[in-house]
Amino acid sequence: MRGSVAIVGVGLAGCGEAPGWSETEIAAAAAKNALADAQLTSRDVDGLVVASTNIFMPGLSLAEHLGIHPRFTDSTMVGGSSFVGHLIPAALALQAGLCDVVLVAYGSNQRTGVGRAEAGKYKAALDPQPFEHPYKPFNPPSSYALAAARHMHQYGTTRAQLAEVAVAARKWAQLNPEAFSRDPLTVDEVLGSRMISDPLTVRDCCLVTDGGGAFVLVRADRAKDVAKQPAYLLGAGSAHWHRQISSMPDLTVTAATESGMRAYAMAGLKPSDVDVIELYDAFTINTILFLEDLGFCRKGEGGAFVSGGRIAPGGELPVNTNGGGLSCVHPGMYGIFTIIESVRQLRGECGDRQIKDVRIALAHGNGGVLSSQITALFGTRETL
Amino acid sequence: MPAPEPGPEKIYSDKLAQGRFEIQKCAACGRHVFYPRVLCPHCGASRLDWVTPSGNGTVYSTTIVRRKPADGGDYNVALIDLEEGVRMMSRVAELAPEQVKIGQRVKSRVAEGLVEFVPA
Ligand SMILES: [Zn+2]
Repeated sequence: MRGSVAIVGVGLAGCGEAPGWSETEIAAAAAKNALADAQLTSRDVDGLVVASTNIFMPGLSLAEHLGIHPRFTDSTMVGGSSFVGHLIPAALALQAGLCDVVLVAYGSNQRTGVGRAEAGKYKAALDPQPFEHPYKPFNPPSSYALAAARHMHQYGTTRAQLAEVAVAARKWAQLNPEAFSRDPLTVDEVLGSRMISDPLTVRDCCLVTDGGGAFVLVRADRAKDVAKQPAYLLGAGSAHWHRQISSMPDLTVTAATESGMRAYAMAGLKPSDVDVIELYDAFTINTILFLEDLGFCRKGEGGAFVSGGRIAPGGELPVNTNGGGLSCVHPGMYGIFTIIESVRQLRGECGDRQIKDVRIALAHGNGGVLSSQITALFGTRETL
Repeated sequence: MPAPEPGPEKIYSDKLAQGRFEIQKCAACGRHVFYPRVLCPHCGASRLDWVTPSGNGTVYSTTIVRRKPADGGDYNVALIDLEEGVRMMSRVAELAPEQVKIGQRVKSRVAEGLVEFVPA
């Protein structure tokens, strides 16, 4: 699969607040932008991949809206990791010749549309979790809080180290005019903000925004003819070991250990080859866990690793250069934005936040409560 | 015709409604299973027997869910490791939520159809 497909267009829509827009409309608007970026039109699309937390048959809804008749459709739903995960079936479908142009899209109006609390009631009724819900965890924050508390207990990770993750994300967001939260933020402000589920404060938690994203994937032979520099998929790997936090074998070790290994093996790369990292930071503990599990530091050392501005602008390791789910955008499922920012960094389009000479980018999706982990590695043409 | 036997989740909750906390144990590999399953998640064997756990557990992790006093105030949610080697979500009663600590020894009890724990 290495190097066989490439992303040739990316687009955003409705990020922040999109009052008066439906989820499908936001996904369609992101698709329109991604197709324009690729200098293609909806007439060229014959493969469609989309996932939603609310829409029953999102692939059918979006295809109908766009007026396309896909030859290949996938709507695999593994939470926020979905869109990173979609790379794998999409690449296989392209390689098999089932289709030629795959559009992957997402849209959500969770901030201004149907509220999460209301949607949550329907979901709890249709998909009860009888071994957790009676104890009223405030999810997802409580599940991540349990992981953070265990990491702190086992490795001495501190709340200030968690706060460093939020501060680094905010500093990146301040360099990104498209980011939602750009006010200055200090470690003390994170520590002093409202506690949600100990040890996580509201500033340890991702944003709640509207927004959508899309990307266009084609075979590498076709990618040669496109307008902008293609981002080649060099490796991808997926793993999940649980759905509910109470079934997670060890709350300090995620399945990113396996998804990362699989992606690195396919790409023939190692962590030190990666120039920029885009991780799903639903909560500050995520960044620490994924940096450990993806091999950027040793298990238990993530707290110290993110301190002193190491992952902030000007630090040794650029992580979540758009500001992440913590400060840029988080419309319920953030995974697709890790890919979009990876592609933009590889193309050198990121303005003030652009990392110099990016050749390899890592996008990592997380779904559920540290449940589904999917890692992808992208590279420029010279990395093929 | 006799009514078909309910699924393991219903069997578990029916026992709990009668004040009995039971978990499953695999006849093939001997490992305990929680939450109740149709087949053993450890080895794939299909015979799972109901057994009464000792009720002894250890707090694996804990959080305080913050809630406005008007809505009932803060409360504890914890993950408890039973000495049978299974983990479950629960809460530790009889302690203020901030007094619940990782590593604490606790003992199960059934309260209003739910398993909760108290300091051992
Ligand atoms: Zn077994």
